[in-house]
This record gives sequence, C-alpha cells and structure tokens, in this order.
Amino acid sequence: MSVAAIVAILVVLAVVVAAAVVVRKRRLRGAVGKGAGGLPLQTPPPQTPPPQTLPPTFDAPSPAPAAEPRLRDRLGKTRAAFASVVAGFGSRGGADSEDWEDLEEALILADVGVATTSKILDGVKAKATNERADAERVLELLKNEILSIVATGDRDLAYEQGALNVWMFVGVNGVGKTTTIAKLAAREVKSGRNVVMAAADTFRAAAAEQLAHWAELVGADLVRGQDGADPGSVVFDAMNAAVHRGADLVLVDTAGRLHTKVNLMEELKKLRRIVDRTPGAQKEVLLVLDASTGQNGLAQARQFADAVEVTGVVLTKLDGTAKGGIVLAIQAELGLPVKLVGIGETADDLVAFDPAEFVDALFA
Amino acid sequence: MFDSLSDRLDGIFSRLRNRGKLTERDIDEVAREIRLALLEADVNVKVVKGFIARVKERANGAEVQKSLSPAQQVIKIVHEELVTTLGGVSGKLSMSPKPPTVVMLCGLQGSGKTTASAKLARLLKSQGLQVLLVAADLQRPAAVEQLRILGERLDVPVWSAPDEGPKDPVAVAKSSLDEAARLGKNIVIVDTAGRLQVDDELMGELVRVRDAVRPSNTLLVVDSMTGQEAVNVAVTFDELVGLDGIVLTKIDGDARGGAALSVKEVVGKPILFVGTGEQLDDFEAFHPDRMASRILGMGDVLTLIEKAEEVFDEGVAAKAQEQMAKGQFTLEDFLEQMRQVKKMGPIGNLLKMLPGLPAEMRKAELDEGEIGRIEAIICSMTPAERRDPALINGPRRVRIAEGSGTATSDVNALLKQFKMVQQMMRSMGGGKRPKLRGMDLSEITGGK
Repeated sequence: MSVAAIVAILVVLAVVVAAAVVVRKRRLRGAVGKGAGGLPLQTPPPQTPPPQTLPPTFDAPSPAPAAEPRLRDRLGKTRAAFASVVAGFGSRGGADSEDWEDLEEALILADVGVATTSKILDGVKAKATNERADAERVLELLKNEILSIVATGDRDLAYEQGALNVWMFVGVNGVGKTTTIAKLAAREVKSGRNVVMAAADTFRAAAAEQLAHWAELVGADLVRGQDGADPGSVVFDAMNAAVHRGADLVLVDTAGRLHTKVNLMEELKKLRRIVDRTPGAQKEVLLVLDASTGQNGLAQARQFADAVEVTGVVLTKLDGTAKGGIVLAIQAELGLPVKLVGIGETADDLVAFDPAEFVDALFA
Repeated sequence: MFDSLSDRLDGIFSRLRNRGKLTERDIDEVAREIRLALLEADVNVKVVKGFIARVKERANGAEVQKSLSPAQQVIKIVHEELVTTLGGVSGKLSMSPKPPTVVMLCGLQGSGKTTASAKLARLLKSQGLQVLLVAADLQRPAAVEQLRILGERLDVPVWSAPDEGPKDPVAVAKSSLDEAARLGKNIVIVDTAGRLQVDDELMGELVRVRDAVRPSNTLLVVDSMTGQEAVNVAVTFDELVGLDGIVLTKIDGDARGGAALSVKEVVGKPILFVGTGEQLDDFEAFHPDRMASRILGMGDVLTLIEKAEEVFDEGVAAKAQEQMAKGQFTLEDFLEQMRQVKKMGPIGNLLKMLPGLPAEMRKAELDEGEIGRIEAIICSMTPAERRDPALINGPRRVRIAEGSGTATSDVNALLKQFKMVQQMMRSMGGGKRPKLRGMDLSEITGGK
C-alpha cells in the first residue's frame, strides 16, 4: 500500500467528513443560534456586564507539619486490598494457578496494566519454578522484580550551583502541575534558592492567580502575562528576568493539554525551545501524572517524551487509594523514572520517590 | 501498540471452523480476548468479570448471521451488551418541582468540576434557563476566581464567599439559594472542591454542603483517563453523598474510557454528560454507542469527525464539497485538503480511527515525510497544471520532478492516485449530502 494511496483515501474521507461537519454545523446554527457559545475560551467577550459576584477569596494555607512526611506513612493505610491477596498467596499449600491469578488481578487493580503485569509475573514464575520457591519466596521474587524496574534511572533533579536551572512541568489537564510547582517552590526557597515561577498557563482561567497566590506565600518571584497571552512570551520573559536577577531556579508551569492535540503539543515544543535558548541552563522536564490515571498514562508519557524530552515523572495524589501502577509501564517502556511523589495538600507533601518504600508500601 | 479486539478475534476464528453457530468452546476462547481488551481499556477487573459472564450467556448458541463473520458476531454481542450496560442517551437533569433546581458537582481533584460547572451553565442557559453558578470550592487557591472568570464569559452570575470572614463552603452554598431567589434564577450549579473519597473530613463537609442545598442532581465528575480507581471513587461518593448521575470529562483524548463502564456498573446511575474539549461549548449528552466502540478500541469515525471539526476550516471544506459535487475536484483542492488532514495529527493515528480498513493499511508504517513530498510535487506545478493535470506531459513531468526534488516516477504515481481520487469523488459527489455510512467498510462500526 503506497503512501499516496493512503493519502488519497484520507483526503476523500476528509472531504466527506468535512462536508458532513459543515452540514451539521449549519443545522446547529439554524436551530440553536450557537453564536455566543462558540466563542473560544481565550478571548473574553467584549464588554460583558460585570456579573453579580463578591470578590474572590483564598483559603489560608495549611500550616506545615513539623516532621517530613514519608511515603510509607501515607501509603500504608490504603494498601489493605493488595495486602490481603499477598497474605493469601499460597495459603492452600504451595502456589497454585488460582494464586497466580489473584496476584495478576491485584497488579491490574493497581493499574500496572495487562502487558506489564504479564511480563512481571512471567519473570517471577520462571524464577520460582527454577528454585522451587515457597509462597514467601515468591513474594520476595515479585518484590525484587518490580524493584528491578523502578529502582533504575537517575532520580535527582538536575541542579547546578551557580548556573541557571530550569524545571518545566508538563502534563494533561488536572493532574496537579500548579500545585506541584507550589510545593516544590516552597521547598527550594526554604533551602535558600532564589526561585522564579513562570506562569505559562495562560489558558485556564485564573491559573496565574493560583500560582501568584503561592508565589507570594512561599516568597518566590512570579512572571506572568495576560490571560490568553502567548505562553512563549511568558517563558521568554521569565528566562530573561531570571538571568538578570541572578536567580537559581525557574519553575515553568504550563497549561494542561491532552497529548493528542497536535497544535498544543507544538506549542509546548516551542516553550521548550525558548528555554533551550538560554545557554548553560540545566534543564529538567517533568511529566506530572495523576496516580489514578489508567493505561492512558503510557500514551501520555510517550507523546510528551517525544515532544519535549521528558526527564522524569512526578506522581501526584498518591495519598488516595490509587496506586499509580502505570509508572511501572512507563519506566519499563520509556525508561522515565519517577522523581517526586505528591502525597497531600500541604506544601510539605511532596517527597522524593523511594523505590523500596514504593514497593514495600505496595505489599504493606 | 495493542491490536484492536476485532483483529485478535479474527485471529482466533480463523483457526476455528465456521460452524454457523457459536459454541461454548468458541466463546470461552474469545472471552479471554474480550477480557484483555476491557482491562486494557481500564475497565475495573471486578466489573470485567461480571460483564464477561453476561456476554457468555448472551453469546452461547447465538446464530452467526450470514452477513457477519463469527468474530464480528461476537463483537456485535459485546458491543450491544456494552451499550445496554452504559445506558440510554441522556443529558437530562431532573428538574425540581419547586425551583430552583440545584445541581451539585463533586469529585476528585483535577477531574474537571469547575470547567464542567461552567460548561453545564452554558448548556442550560442556551436552553433558556436562568442559571446561578456557586463557587463552593474554597480549598484550591483561585478556584473561585476561575469560576468567576468563566461566569463572566458566559454572562452568568457567580455567587461566592465574602472577602472577609470565615471561608465556609456550607455557608456559601446555603446563602446561594437566597441569592437565586433574589435574582429569580431557576437553576443553581454548585461547584465543590476536589477531594479524595478517603478524606473523611472533606467528605463530611461535602455532606453538609449537600444538606444545605438539597440538590436534586448530585453529579460525580469523572476523568475519562481514570484507571481501576474509578470504582472506589464512585462507590464511596455514592455511599456518602448519594449520586444521581455522572459527568465524564476529557474524552477528547485517546483514553479508551473503561472508567465509564466501571462507574456505571457499580453506581447504576446514568452518565449524563461528557466534556469533549477545551472550549465552553464542548459539552454534550452522553452517547453509549460511541463510548462502547471506544472502549472496544474499534475504529471511531466520530472521534475523527470531532478532530476534523476542530481543525477544518469551514470555508475550505464547503468549497471542496461544492467542487466535489460538481466533479471539479482539482489538485489545488487536493493540496488544500491534504494540508487540513495534516493538521488533524499524524496520519498513522488517523488511520487507526477508520473502521473497516484492511489491516495491512492500518498497520502500514507511514513516513510523514512522504506527505511533505506530495506537497512539494503539487507546489512545483503551475496553477494551470493543478487545475488540469491532463496538461502534464513528459517534459513537464521532468520539470516538476526536478522542482520538487523527487523522481519522475513519484510524479507519475501521484497523478495516477489523483485520478483515482477524482473518480471516487465523482461517484460520491452525485448526492447532495454524501453519506458517511457509505464509507464504512464494516458492518458494525458502532455509532452514527
């Protein structure tokens, strides 16, 4: 099948689809009078009368807890389901096929995914058969197998004293990019670093306000543009500002975007290119991933990695019952390590990813 | 990466003999594949079990229709069962006999509550209802501001907490009813803070907000990319707060959306709306047939249409349609259309959305650079040549090839392909409105 033939078919299809769309649109317009609703979000309608609202308010930040929280503390309480499966393993005297199925189910329930689960269990099974392992040993093998995936890779955030360091945060909508930046800024400012936040999410309403709130709270500088402004200009300004002020670290917040939106991914590439233009900058591009994400997480990671050379993953909202197993697939397939984990709402609830703890907690 | 379910079932059935009737053994064998497909689509493990059992029961002894292969027959059964489980087309809120009707949106952080609130407000406003938005998310910084801006764009008032004083979402919710009465609003949409279902404190607060406004529609907002966790979330929210319906968000991505099935199955409440994009009017009633096709990873013409809708310039499309109807589709139009198609994303991805394409074509490794070459060839033609390719004789071909940096054989191939396109156009251009269904090569694409 030649490319030209495929293109030809697509073109035909495109024409047909487009024609159908046009017809549909015309019908809609006639029926509903779609005018105002069709306005894109970025352009506020001119001269809308001010709505009857009171000024917005912000919630006071929760005070920081005294002790550094650990992943295990937060994970422990929610691991009952997996733990019971693990406890029951081999309870019928030697592991039988039902035990393996239970184990498979538990891994899939943790969002590890069918393919990665099979790969992990195949490895464990082979070893277990080889050394005629008992149930306890099988679980140890399983732990090791998972560890061998997540314990690899460089989990430090690129940082060089005296240089300009840029950490950029990307991901789909609603994963917690802005909150992650806020937490990280708090941490970095506390350790004496001079931090500039770039509010390059100019799309979502009040995203810059959200970041501004945090900037003020933690004592970081903020560079922002108008709502709907070119995010590239914000990044450009932030980089310049950081260079002039001799800042240590720029944290770039980007608008959430689905990895399937070509134009938005192109925009992201552009942001990355603008960052690249500052010579000598140490770069970290972190994909923020919601722990409750299912198998689509892998597609997200693949597309974002393709577009902007992602260097690591931030796994957020791990304080719920979601287990974030998709990071196994992401690391196994793309080699992207988890670097940070979000485990709560306060500024201190962002911790380094500890593979042993992660796996332990999985089996707690 | 994953083959579609139909490909895999085809593989199984080619090994079996077509006996005209599905036997238990056939079905057991395909049940495994269906299970994998559903799990890959993020349907909850436990939900998958029950679903497979139902499919088995239905499929056992079913006659294979003449027009379908056994694989297609099974998929048809699975598809139908999915549609049944997912429920009917809805998009209807239950209206309170005593206005205002209160809609409360709740869910995890980042599921899209604030955006969904605004989109719902736009939809209801367009239906002639009087809407008041209530910003009861006092947790996330600037959430109130976000809703206020969205309200401004929609020209819908937003009720929020006073600047001074305690930040109490319950009080905000309670006072919103008075405000609605004062403004004569008949719909109140309450946006609440995102919360984990295991956070007892915040769940308690949500219950108090509910009691303050007594919503006739408590809607759970679920991200369509959610994995196995969707079940836990839905069950707990339903237990503690009591749900009346579901809003599924971010379905404009490529997640298969098995969470929809999981949530529907465990809560039993209808999926009312879906969020289909970033704009405020990207919000519509839920269509179970589309979702079913999507979960099964079957070609999705509708997604394709949505993509086309996103990038296609209406004027260009309308012109092309006209040209087509007249049978005057030129290389210039071809070029223009091709550029539009390119905007829809990698061609390989688009092909996957087309149902019924031969497998060899769906799997063809496409060099996107090839498309650039085709563009170059057409761009190297004179306007007259583009309008009338018959002009292009030997010397012209050589010139075009040189101009575009390609070989004469490439030019020849393109011209041949174009002739085919023209023929297809002509055969389709007869009717006033070309039928989309006509493009489907397979019987069961699901959805229309």
